[in-house]
Amino acid sequence: MNFGFTDEQELLRQAVRKLLDARAPMAEVRKLAETPEGFSRDLWKQMGELGWLGLTIPEAHGGAGLGWVDLVVLLEETGRSLFPSPLIATTLTAAAIADAGTAAQQAAWLPRLADGSAIGTVALLEAGDRLDTAGIQLRGVPMADGWRLDGEKRAVLDAAAADLLVVAFRTGDGRDDVTLALVERGAAGLRVETTPSIDATKRVARVRFDGVPVSPDAVLGASGQAAPVLARLLDRGAAAVTAEAIGAAEEAVRLTVDYAKERVQFGSPIGRFQGVKHPLAEMYVDVESFKSLLYYAAWCLDEDDVDAARAVSMAKAYASEAFPRIGIDGVQLHGGVGYTWEYDIQLYLKRSKWVRPIFGDADFHYDRVARIRTEAA
Amino acid sequence: MDFHLTPEEEAFRAEVRAFLDELLPPGAPTSDPKFLATWFRRVREKRWVGFSWPREVGGGGGSIMQQVILKEEMAKRKAPALGACFMGLAWVGPAIIEYGTEAQKQRFIPDILDGKVQWCTGYSEPGSGSDLASLQCRAVRDGDHYVVNGQKIWTSIAMWSQWMILLVRTDPAAQGKHDGITCLLVEMDSPGLTVRPIRNMSGSAMFAEVFFDDVRLPVDQRLGSEGEGWKVTVSALAHERSSIAEVEGLLRKLEELLELARASTKHGRPALDDDGIRRRIARFETRIAAMRMNGMRFLTKQLKGEPLGADTSINKLHRAALEIEMGDLALEIQGSDGPLEKERDGGRWQRFALSWPEVVIGGGTPNIQRNIIAERVLGLPKD
Repeated sequence: MNFGFTDEQELLRQAVRKLLDARAPMAEVRKLAETPEGFSRDLWKQMGELGWLGLTIPEAHGGAGLGWVDLVVLLEETGRSLFPSPLIATTLTAAAIADAGTAAQQAAWLPRLADGSAIGTVALLEAGDRLDTAGIQLRGVPMADGWRLDGEKRAVLDAAAADLLVVAFRTGDGRDDVTLALVERGAAGLRVETTPSIDATKRVARVRFDGVPVSPDAVLGASGQAAPVLARLLDRGAAAVTAEAIGAAEEAVRLTVDYAKERVQFGSPIGRFQGVKHPLAEMYVDVESFKSLLYYAAWCLDEDDVDAARAVSMAKAYASEAFPRIGIDGVQLHGGVGYTWEYDIQLYLKRSKWVRPIFGDADFHYDRVARIRTEAA
Repeated sequence: MDFHLTPEEEAFRAEVRAFLDELLPPGAPTSDPKFLATWFRRVREKRWVGFSWPREVGGGGGSIMQQVILKEEMAKRKAPALGACFMGLAWVGPAIIEYGTEAQKQRFIPDILDGKVQWCTGYSEPGSGSDLASLQCRAVRDGDHYVVNGQKIWTSIAMWSQWMILLVRTDPAAQGKHDGITCLLVEMDSPGLTVRPIRNMSGSAMFAEVFFDDVRLPVDQRLGSEGEGWKVTVSALAHERSSIAEVEGLLRKLEELLELARASTKHGRPALDDDGIRRRIARFETRIAAMRMNGMRFLTKQLKGEPLGADTSINKLHRAALEIEMGDLALEIQGSDGPLEKERDGGRWQRFALSWPEVVIGGGTPNIQRNIIAERVLGLPKD
């Protein structure tokens, strides 16, 4: 039994930390967040060269062939820095292709996703805001050669930058009659409209499909059989977002603790007062706890453990409740300056609002935990 | 990261399971005195009583992982305690092993292992609860004896104990409030010692006030040096290990709560179909799982030889919240039967909902745990 990271994983963490400290301090992150694209192509390229974009991509396709536990290390640090990049979206795209793609699809895309020359994303969510297959209403209208897609996807991560979209669409009336396909940037009828986010370090878009053609060789896996692939993608997405939330929440706590040590009122650092130190202690308890849950979930994903879905849901549910509370308490404990644009704590509050719904909020995941428990009995 | 056990650890788990299969078949009469006598003898033969203690003093010399496995398997099967002397095994014994003289070890340890004597713990006083180090119970040296005067309170099972581990002030002039405290071992039938049970809000009495009126005890019943009592206590309490056994207990409670929700009707439909109730139970399950995973993470630290520090306070806070909220939800699920003493399940949930202070207040209140985390982990200034 060992619930720690290996020396290699610790080295990875140090290397990521070093690069982000040097190249993406908060002043730089704030600047990037105001650029049209929202991230640095230079740093993206560099991360590709360092092998970080292909951590979980098989070695045969140019990746490092590592697992989600390793990815957690990377994401904790990008989260800590609120580092803007299409890392999660691209990683999930690669995971879907590695999971269900043909040898040709894997050979065509995985090396490019691993070295950063292609950016990918997954387009799942729609207006109904449902994460199950019933929420997928984007129509695949059968054509002589494949399908034509009509409809709209929402909250698609990094869609504006994406060269490739993994799109979920409906190919029948049965609840699970859903299919995944690869749609490339510039496809006819594809329109990406960026929808500004209060967390400017996360770019999301509405993606319109007006008769976008999908040929049979663009399908990921068999048509109408995407449900299990989608379920695995959802678990991986929720795990990735929670991993970033660990780093971000830890940093929010650190910023607030530092402020509580420095700020003097009533002749004393405010961190001496229990009205301040107790909420800080609670924040710490919460981060440590969803961290433990997420580490276990990542291990389950790597081991293909039967407990993976429950483990991911517990981690995401806990984080979806705790991180927004940490964001609010963090700003509140900063007092007036917490409300200013200048102080960084507000950026973490905004990140928490982005983390909460994506890949399922607390209610969604607690419902899943309850379902797994009551169905087992 | 690896949650698998080594082959040796798996073998040990199999050994424990086989033992439990033999001794604890379904429906075993676990509260029958004859059954318990056999149980205690058999686990003692296995050296699973005092399993973490060195073999020289009669313990089992079990590794940390073996201790975890043993506790986990025992808890899963609702096995009776490993040994009859709870506090003796939990912290009195470890303190004597670490600070006791050879004579003290020989005198006290075998009886703790054999469950022949019951120990209680005289720490809290009316004026010294969360601020334990302010204690005032006084011991004055008189030749080869100490003479103790003062009062202790919240002393669990004082009325059924033969011995007490007692903290007293021997040097009121000492500089720091942690100095000048000494640890003594006292026989409960000493002249001048009076025990008065306290009835708690559930109607029963588990703890007591203890009064000392010129109680004399020989100097060789001092544990550690004079003025070293605080250190003895802190190190003794540090023997409280990860929360594996508590997690198993809470999981059993969760199962019972699900059963209750399944069998109950709320607003005209099964309580278990209510989204709000389902989510609250899932939140408990998640919190219990967080405790388990936190425990594993702390355990990894221990295995690497790193100190645990204030980490255990995290799980104490979770446990406190769970004990309170699970009992409360149980009564809520019962609706208008909730406040009735014996209407449902013989009043089991009512007793549970009225007994959380035993866990939540004893051993440091949640606010004290928050102070510990804020000051020792986050480095915030002390009050």
